[in-house]
Amino acid sequence: MIYLILTFILILLMIGAAIYAIWQKDLLYAVIASGIISLFLSILFVILQAPDVALTEAAIGVALTTIIFIIAIRNTVRYEDEHDKKVKKKEQLKSAEQ
Amino acid sequence: MKKAIILISLTILGVYLIDIFTGIGFGTAHFASGVKDAYLIGSKETLKVSNVVTSIVVNFRGFDTLGEVTVLFLASMALGGILYKKRHDVGERSVLFPSTRIVMSGAKLLFPSIVLLGAYVFIHGHLSPGGGFQGGTIIATGFLLMLITYRNYSVSHQRLSYIESSAGIIFIGIGLAGYFINGSFLSNVLPAGKLNDLFSGGVIGIIYVAVGFKVAAELTGIIYTVLHEKD
Repeated sequence: MIYLILTFILILLMIGAAIYAIWQKDLLYAVIASGIISLFLSILFVILQAPDVALTEAAIGVALTTIIFIIAIRNTVRYEDEHDKKVKKKEQLKSAEQ
Repeated sequence: MKKAIILISLTILGVYLIDIFTGIGFGTAHFASGVKDAYLIGSKETLKVSNVVTSIVVNFRGFDTLGEVTVLFLASMALGGILYKKRHDVGERSVLFPSTRIVMSGAKLLFPSIVLLGAYVFIHGHLSPGGGFQGGTIIATGFLLMLITYRNYSVSHQRLSYIESSAGIIFIGIGLAGYFINGSFLSNVLPAGKLNDLFSGGVIGIIYVAVGFKVAAELTGIIYTVLHEKD
């Protein structure tokens, strides 16, 4: 019974983190939220008696993927609409010059 | 005209897919027969391995694991071919912020224990949950911690490729030994030993150590290449 309740709580938290990752405009927060999904998923795998998969999920999903995404964000832009804003500003400057 | 052709071909595909899915029969006694018993009994009786998942992954379906490792090798090679540059100054990279003294001391303290945990996971792959792939990723996580904490921590690419190649050669060599002695690729050539013993399961332990080294070297190489991509 307690495992059933824990499973439902973990699934709800995972869905909440996934919705947050989509909704959030700050890409760094979104990546951290998707790492949290992997963390809860690995706990869920342990409850479902698949410890082999849980180890893989914990190492790859939580650590490696998150860090590679963070490096990618560090080399590009952090906010979702930052690039569009920059392009708009450039266009405005160009039209003002003309 | 174009849309009509797409619709017709999608309809044909859908009809065939529905036909296949109705033929499977979910929930019926599908698992009553088949190779299930051979795996469950064989891994305990003849191979003496307590972790059934490991015995299926490495021994009964060892060829699939070889393919998996090859895919990972190709991915890491392609990434290195695109991103790796021979000359980069390690000291001046600015991918991440400089870390504080607390993080540096903590990373130094944690790194050996993370590597030890990874080695434990892949050496005991046939006794406890985990195996070569899991242990290798844990070791790569330790190297990742060191690489993002110390700005001038460097890993020798040549040494990584030596480790990777020799691990792959050991894997294929064991497979070929099985082929020449027993007649089938990756079959067990060593004595099976006792159940729940460290030296049990024949070739499974050796293959998992090789896979662990290979995966750790590949993932460390991938992280190192990605971290140094900007300079």
